[in-house]
Amino acid sequence: MKRLVFLVPVALFAVVVLTFAIGLGRDPSRIPSVLVGKPLPVFSLPGVRSRDAGLSSKEFRGEPRLLNVFASWCVSCRVEHPVLLQLKQEGVPIDGLDWKDDAIQGAHYLAQNGDPYMRAGNDRSGRTGIDLGVTGVPETFVVDGRGIVRYKHVGPIEPDDWTGTIKPLMDSLRTHS
Amino acid sequence: MIAEVGQLALILAFLVSSVQVVAGFVGARRRDPSLMALARAAAWMQLLFVATAFLALAASFVMNDVSVALVAQHSNSAQPLIYKFGATWGNHEGSMLLWVLILAVQGASVAHFGGSLRETLQARVLAVQAVIGLAFLGFSLFTSNPFLRLSPAPADGSELNPLLQDPGLVFHPPILYLGYVGFSAAFAFALAALIEGRVDAAWARWVRPWVLASWICLTLGIAAGSAWAYYTLGWGGWWFWDPVENASLMPWLMGTALLHSALVLEKRGALVSWTILLAIITFSFSLIGTFLVRSGVLTSVHAFALDAKRGVYILGIIGGLTGSALALFAWRAPMMRTGALFAPLSREGGITLNNVFLLAATAAVFLGTFYPVFVDMAKGAPVSVGPPYYRITFVPLFVPLLLLVSFGPMLNWKRNSWREVLGRLLWPIIIAGFVLLLATVVLGMAWVLTAAAFALGVFLIAGAAAVLVRRWKLTSGGNWRRFVRTTPLASYGFVLAHAGLGVTTLGITAVSAFQAERVLNMVPGESVALAGKRVTLESVLPVEGPNYQATEANFRVVGRWGERVLVSQRRFYPVSQTQTTQAGIGVGLLGNTYVSVGDQNPDGSIVVRMWNHPLVDWIWVGAFMMAFGGMLSLADRRLRVGFAAPAIRPALEVAAQ
Repeated sequence: MKRLVFLVPVALFAVVVLTFAIGLGRDPSRIPSVLVGKPLPVFSLPGVRSRDAGLSSKEFRGEPRLLNVFASWCVSCRVEHPVLLQLKQEGVPIDGLDWKDDAIQGAHYLAQNGDPYMRAGNDRSGRTGIDLGVTGVPETFVVDGRGIVRYKHVGPIEPDDWTGTIKPLMDSLRTHS
Repeated sequence: MIAEVGQLALILAFLVSSVQVVAGFVGARRRDPSLMALARAAAWMQLLFVATAFLALAASFVMNDVSVALVAQHSNSAQPLIYKFGATWGNHEGSMLLWVLILAVQGASVAHFGGSLRETLQARVLAVQAVIGLAFLGFSLFTSNPFLRLSPAPADGSELNPLLQDPGLVFHPPILYLGYVGFSAAFAFALAALIEGRVDAAWARWVRPWVLASWICLTLGIAAGSAWAYYTLGWGGWWFWDPVENASLMPWLMGTALLHSALVLEKRGALVSWTILLAIITFSFSLIGTFLVRSGVLTSVHAFALDAKRGVYILGIIGGLTGSALALFAWRAPMMRTGALFAPLSREGGITLNNVFLLAATAAVFLGTFYPVFVDMAKGAPVSVGPPYYRITFVPLFVPLLLLVSFGPMLNWKRNSWREVLGRLLWPIIIAGFVLLLATVVLGMAWVLTAAAFALGVFLIAGAAAVLVRRWKLTSGGNWRRFVRTTPLASYGFVLAHAGLGVTTLGITAVSAFQAERVLNMVPGESVALAGKRVTLESVLPVEGPNYQATEANFRVVGRWGERVLVSQRRFYPVSQTQTTQAGIGVGLLGNTYVSVGDQNPDGSIVVRMWNHPLVDWIWVGAFMMAFGGMLSLADRRLRVGFAAPAIRPALEVAAQ
């Protein structure tokens, strides 16, 4: 009996390593999100900046857009931010979802670091984040002109992710619609 | 040519390590003095070769030899010399080399100072260290060779991440690495003890200095990292629960637990297998930390995903080392002598409880850090679950731990009564109670939690002071000189460390509850009020740095205690097309004024973000007190490496036979 107690650490460790091993085996850029191929969950959020009228799922109509989940407390978002600003320059429509954050903090963050978003909504309680299946920030969804989620990117978008995956996808969505 | 010398040295180090593994294990098993001497010599050779390789890489960076791929990727001729040097370890491959170098220094010092150890134990420790060295040298050589050449060589290199171009970079990663690698000694000692099947007080006395030294470095490293983030990232935060920060916090928490349980093992011979288990876990967290931290900060965004081969190798190292150590533990530990018994209310009991809380807090951080990996196997872990998670998990686990701290030193070994303990803490309790009452009255009932946190900080400091007061009453006989002379350095050490924890608590409480912030557009000449001070934007000027262009804003801050000038810059690095912000910080005992500027608007106004951070520097002062306390303790004669304890030694040897 006593011997079994001493086996606990090694058993726990085996579980952890196994999880990581499976994680490494997968291609992280192709994480299937349960939402992919389905319409955006319905939400209607208050705005972040003073000029915002808010952000609602109904507004994802017309042309393909990016929905970027960010927060003022998120460090990796700051890494991603210059890329988003670059995309804005290229004319890519991006909407922001300020997740688990004070709207004022979110607005300060955008005032300080530059503002890549057309619209931005504040999800203080994190409720919409749960509906979207957000596991952490930053995350970015590609939503087509009919409001259907086409792709989910976990972690900061890096230039390669944009040119290699997201841009081609958005281009094809645009031509098909 | 220099790079080839480095490459060759690295290969030789790899070969010498394998010799050290075999000579150490076989020599100890056969009790063959010449083989064991060979293991010691190999440790020295390894240091020689690894140091050569490291110097070769540093030379390539300093001379900006861009035909070396690593230099071309991370350094640039326009970079100031000190950052060319710092770039040596400001990247994955170079930081691995630094890691191995520190490991080799450690191996050589075990070989050099370990004369008083049982010879077989020393040989086995060296062998285990060489296994670790072998794994890392192999990792360097096969998956992340720092000496690869580029052909044709580019005209000039790209740049070190501008965020990393900071004096902090030059010493922050090495200190942190010293901490991580230091725990490898504890790990090696733990494994050697499991193989020998014997742990005694002498073992604990040998392990403690290593653990203490690593803990000091890690404390300093974490504090430096946090201060660095505060002043360079330009948004005034000091802790972000970023995966990279967590990676250094976890070994620190476990190292703290190990430090205390090793004390019980040394003094009372209890918690034997627990201490060994902690040594294994602490080093495992260091391994995880090494891979997540690497060059210092945000580069961890690329942690595992860059190269699957690398990821598999890393997992192999962690799995192999930790897995076999834990398996060995499961096999051998049940056979080891169990320690002395103790009552729940005793110093051993207090330290056990401290360990339980530290372990739980570490588990909370671990889950928070790797949760995204577990949930959908994201890229290594660049996404964060954020402060909301830690506020509800880590904080409730850490507060009771802080409450415990003052009780520990007041408890007797073996057993105690509540009456006695509370009596010894009477004054600290009265003082803390008074602070709680006063703060609640001044701030109002709504702030009662903040008031309690202040009282907790004060309780920690008063509790630490009470230790010295009690000692004064018991031992000095009213003679100051005798008191100072008879109090061991280690006592001052832990008193200072515990008080430092209190100072940090006060700093965290004040800045979390009372920081004031303003964000606005300002034009030169405009002034605003901030927390009782007047901040005036005097001028906005373009300036040219060695490898950047900047917009510089000069502020004048007038407060109750005089005025000062603060300068904040928005920098643009053309080579890497990145922008950074240099904050202007007015440092004060009671708080900092922090200004940082954003981009200039077309109308000439500029976005200014300013904060008043009350007591924020106390956070780092407290951390420094903890580290300094550790140093005092390390300097204590009792712990000095290679000490002789004539009274205990013969008794142990009798016990051994």
